[in-house]
Amino acid sequence: MLKRAHYKRSILPYLLVMPQIFVTIVFFFWPAAKALIGAFLLTDPFGQKSTFVWFENFKVLFSTPEYYTSLKITLFFSAMTALLSISAGLLLAVLANRLIKFKSLVQTVLIWPYAVAPAMAGMLWLFLFHPSYGMIGFFLNEVMKLGWNPVLNNNHALLLVIIASAWKQVSYNFIFFLSGLQSIPKSVIEAAAIDGAGPSTRFWKIVFPLLSPTVFFLVVMNLVYALFDTFGVIHTTTQGGPGGATNILVYKVYADGFVGLDLGSSAAQSVILMIITIIFTVIQFKYVEKKVQYT
Amino acid sequence: MLKKITLALLLNVCFIFTAQAATEIQWWHSMEGELGKTLDGLVAKYNSSQSNYKVIATYRGNYTESLNAAIAAFRAKKQPHIVQVFEVGTQTMMNSGTIYPVQDLLTDNKVSVNWNDFLAPVLSYYRDSKGKLLSMPFNSSTPIMYYNLDMFQKAGIKNPPTTWQELRETSKKLIRSGAKCGTVIGWQQWILLENFSAIHDLPFATLENGFTGINPKLTYNNPAIINNIKMLREMMSDNSFRYEGRRTDPSKKVFLAGLCGIYMDSSSSIGALKKVAKFKWAAAPLPYNEGLKKPLNSIIGGATLWVFKGHKPLEYKGVADFVSFLAKSEKQIWWHKETGYLPITMTAYEQLKKEGYFKKEPYQEVAIKQLTRGTPTVNSRGLRLGNFTQIRDVMDEELEKIWAGKSTPEEGIKSSVERGNRLLEQYAKTTRP
Repeated sequence: MLKRAHYKRSILPYLLVMPQIFVTIVFFFWPAAKALIGAFLLTDPFGQKSTFVWFENFKVLFSTPEYYTSLKITLFFSAMTALLSISAGLLLAVLANRLIKFKSLVQTVLIWPYAVAPAMAGMLWLFLFHPSYGMIGFFLNEVMKLGWNPVLNNNHALLLVIIASAWKQVSYNFIFFLSGLQSIPKSVIEAAAIDGAGPSTRFWKIVFPLLSPTVFFLVVMNLVYALFDTFGVIHTTTQGGPGGATNILVYKVYADGFVGLDLGSSAAQSVILMIITIIFTVIQFKYVEKKVQYT
Repeated sequence: MLKKITLALLLNVCFIFTAQAATEIQWWHSMEGELGKTLDGLVAKYNSSQSNYKVIATYRGNYTESLNAAIAAFRAKKQPHIVQVFEVGTQTMMNSGTIYPVQDLLTDNKVSVNWNDFLAPVLSYYRDSKGKLLSMPFNSSTPIMYYNLDMFQKAGIKNPPTTWQELRETSKKLIRSGAKCGTVIGWQQWILLENFSAIHDLPFATLENGFTGINPKLTYNNPAIINNIKMLREMMSDNSFRYEGRRTDPSKKVFLAGLCGIYMDSSSSIGALKKVAKFKWAAAPLPYNEGLKKPLNSIIGGATLWVFKGHKPLEYKGVADFVSFLAKSEKQIWWHKETGYLPITMTAYEQLKKEGYFKKEPYQEVAIKQLTRGTPTVNSRGLRLGNFTQIRDVMDEELEKIWAGKSTPEEGIKSSVERGNRLLEQYAKTTRP
């Protein structure tokens, strides 16, 4: 009782959280507010003249077919990247969990790709898959005769950026799945085995349901990653091309705002991205932490 | 202890005073690597030539990055005196209301530069509709055609093609002789649309290519351009023409690897070719259409120096002095020899000719000759478009769709014009006076 009363009067706790609040305001709220205001303004790059135009920027945005194309591409790209990286992470975690020798070595090495910056990941994969000088690109064209050409073929380009983006995220998923697997009590699996369940039945009926909170968490995290952090991959491999085939929303914000200096439209696009993030966060708070729970 | 601190403070004060003796002029640029070092050399030459002013050159990232840095700085009222901006940013800069036109700067400070001596197409790109020069041309280039002499010899080809129709035949011959590909083109929209229009005296946009108003409409969807694109598309079937990717690097790589016989790109690629190419090569003017009697000048690329408003008169005196230093012919010659960018005064050109320089470096003259051929018309003096970077991206996208067979040349060019016009409208809206 005494303690509580004591803290109530003191300004110490407020002082202690001040730096955090300050950082949040300066680096998060202020820029977000600027973007929000910018979305309703029509302004020249140098900020000499600006007019308040209500929803004009959004109207223009939603009347251009390229924006819908970009939206569709983003949805497909994010879903595929998340699917690929989560399933690869799960597979590797299950395999690594069963290792007897070199377990910690393999586990450590598998975490490495996470330390690679997205831009570097893009460069690496472009270098491997380039149709003119890439090793795998050469193999695909000269040996398999597949006509591989991410420079001109939309699907090839999209596949390339999905692989590069997913690869980087596999390690992240791997860590979470591994710790998830290790926290499943051995007794549950052994009991199932005694009841006559084979390895595959045990995985799908026991292990996977117990991992579902992890899966759900990772779906959200991977989608957020694919939506926002893959800029570097796109920038180093395709720059949104060919013909806009890999022009995901976040790259479009950069291309229109930073390169094209169309600040109003760029701000409007950021606001839409902001709304998407808010939706994801709400889903995560509402469901991940409450609903999907078996243990 | 206290004594030491006082001494240190005193010394500091002394330093500040000596530093203030020369007026500092900030120059933000985008010349990286070797080019940056050459630029630093130029600045050092200026700084040691006099003691009143000190130019401080800072690399601020590529053209897009340094333009953004300058914009942010201007908004924070911390703008540099001079910023280097690429040619597609001309409209953005001139309508920004933030610049001090170079011609005014020189007149106000009573510094004279003989502009008549400059190559006409270089200045015309940067003059306003009343003929006032807005920015100081710094690094200028124009696209030319390079060809691999070894591959030409193997295919039994004697002369480089002068027309697009000949280019088709030559490329076919290269393929028949076992070459992987015939022709590649860097900066495709600059060469196939912008320069093609200038050379053939075709309007690119209304309002004299945007020189006389801020809301022009693109008009380059004409049969000449479409037919040329159509021909290139057909050439792709046997790799006579190959699309390698945007801007300069992808095409340059395959040419340098000896895969393709013909490569069109900026004259500023000469330096890289000289350094890296392991084969004999030469350069020729860009091809034009058969039957064209008088091909006009090509248009320039590169960047110019813009002066920002909001500094002190004494500092502007220094900026004017520095600009006149850059305009000197011997500086032009030195810069040209070091970097491969074009010398942009007639005196510099004549001087180089007299030295016998072009006998040693014949391909350097190709660009100058192409740039100075004929008298610039309203169609060939340059382009003045807002949102130009985005329009160029649109052109890239639509051309890619054509190369990939996703749209026909007619559809692709028409669509790029329509999308470009939307961007121009958007620009006109944001810069409403």
